[in-house]
Amino acid sequence: MRSIKLTLNGASISRDVEDNRLLVEFLREDLNLTGTKESCGVGVCGACTVLLDGKPISSCLALAVHADGCAITTIEGIAEGDRLHPLQEAFLAHGGLQCGICTPGQILAAKALLDANPHPTRAEIQHWMMGNLCRCTGYYKIIESIAAAAGGE
Amino acid sequence: MIPFTYLEPASLDEALALLARYGDEAKLIAGGTGLVNLMKQRLVRPSFVIGLRALQPLAGIAENGGLRIGALATFGAIEASALIRRRAPLLAEACGHVATVRIRSMATLGGAMVHADPHLDTPPALIALDAQIVARSQRGQRAIPADRLFTGYYQTVLAPDEIVTEIRIPHQPVGGGTAFLKFLPATQDDYATVSVAARIVLDETGAIAEARVALGAAATVPVRAMAVEAALAGKTADEKSFRDATTLVVKAIDPIADFRGSAEYKRKMAVVHVRRALAEAAIKAKRPA
Repeated sequence: MRSIKLTLNGASISRDVEDNRLLVEFLREDLNLTGTKESCGVGVCGACTVLLDGKPISSCLALAVHADGCAITTIEGIAEGDRLHPLQEAFLAHGGLQCGICTPGQILAAKALLDANPHPTRAEIQHWMMGNLCRCTGYYKIIESIAAAAGGE
Repeated sequence: MIPFTYLEPASLDEALALLARYGDEAKLIAGGTGLVNLMKQRLVRPSFVIGLRALQPLAGIAENGGLRIGALATFGAIEASALIRRRAPLLAEACGHVATVRIRSMATLGGAMVHADPHLDTPPALIALDAQIVARSQRGQRAIPADRLFTGYYQTVLAPDEIVTEIRIPHQPVGGGTAFLKFLPATQDDYATVSVAARIVLDETGAIAEARVALGAAATVPVRAMAVEAALAGKTADEKSFRDATTLVVKAIDPIADFRGSAEYKRKMAVVHVRRALAEAAIKAKRPA
C-alpha cells in the first residue's frame, strides 16, 4: 500500500493504493469514476484513454502509483458544470457516437490533440486518432466531430 | 494483476543497490507498456517492481560527442526532438511509427531495448545508426553495441543487476542517407510484418562507401544483415546493385510465422523492403564534395 497525491480533474486528492493497482482500476473501482472504460486491457483499443499531465495514455497499462504527483484528466472532468466541453457538443451534434463505450477515450484523445494542435488537418486527426477503435461509427462521424470542434462549428 | 511490492528509488545509486540486492526477483518499470502486459499474462512474476520515474535526469536528450539519449526518454519526446530530427532523422522516424500516440507518450527508448521484443521499431534504427547501449551496475559501466545487445526472443546480454542509463549515437557520416520502412499490411498501430532501417554513405565517385541494413520482425532478435552490407561496399548505388545484394537478406533472417504472414511471405517481403529502403537511403545520401 502506498500513499499518493494527485490532481484529479482539477482537484487535489490523496489516497492509499495497492502497489499493483492499475490506474484504470483505481479510477473506476476506488474513485467510482466509471466513465473510463476498460476494453482490450493490453493498450491497443484506446477505450481506457485518460490524460496524464495532458498526454494521452492507456490507463490499463499504467500503475496507479505512477499518477502520484501528476495531473489526471478523465471524461468526468472536461465539462464546466452543466456546460459540455466543445468536443462533447460536437460528438452529439455530428453523431460521433453510437453505443458510447469508446467515446470517453475518443474524446480525451481528441482533447489532447486539440490542446497541442488547435487546428489539425484531417490527415493529422486521422493519424492521431488511429489508435482509438470504434466498432459502430465507421470513424467518419468521429473525424467530422473533431474537425467541427476544431473549427468552432 | 499479480501481487508485487513497488519500490521507487530517488537516485540511480539507490536503484542500483536495489537491483544488486534483489537481482532476478526484481523488474524495472519505466513506461510500463511492456512489463505490465507481461505481468498481466503472467509471463513474468517479479516480487519487486522498481519504478524509475524519479530518475528524470535519465530522460534527457543532448548532444555531447554524438547524441546522448537518456534511457527514460519517451518515443514521443524523441520523435518531437528538433535535435534528433536534425542529427538522426532515422530514429525520429522509427519512433513515430511505434504503435499509437498513447504508447508513444508512455514507452521509453531504454525500455524498448531491454524489452527485446524482435518486432519493435527502434532496435533496427539504432543498429543502423551504430548506437551503443550504456548499462550501469554497482560493478561498473559498459557500452554495448546495439547489434550485440540481443541474444534471443525477449533476451539480452544484460545482467540482472544492470540498468540501461543511456543510448549513445555517434556523429553520423557526413552526407549519409537513411531510410526506415515498416511494412504493415493490417493496421497502422500493429507490429511490422517486417521493418527495415538502412543507411548509405557514398564516396567522391558516387559509389557506396558503406552500407548499414537492419531488420525488425525478421527473426527472434533484431537482425543486422552484414552480408548485404559487405556485398554493397564499393558498388554503384543503383537498382542492380541493390537487387543483387538484397538476395542475401534471406540468409541473415529466420522469420516466425504468425497472423502477420507466413515465414515464406516475410522472407519475400524482407527482400523487397530492404531493396526499397536502400534505394530511398541512396537518394537521400550526398556525395562528399
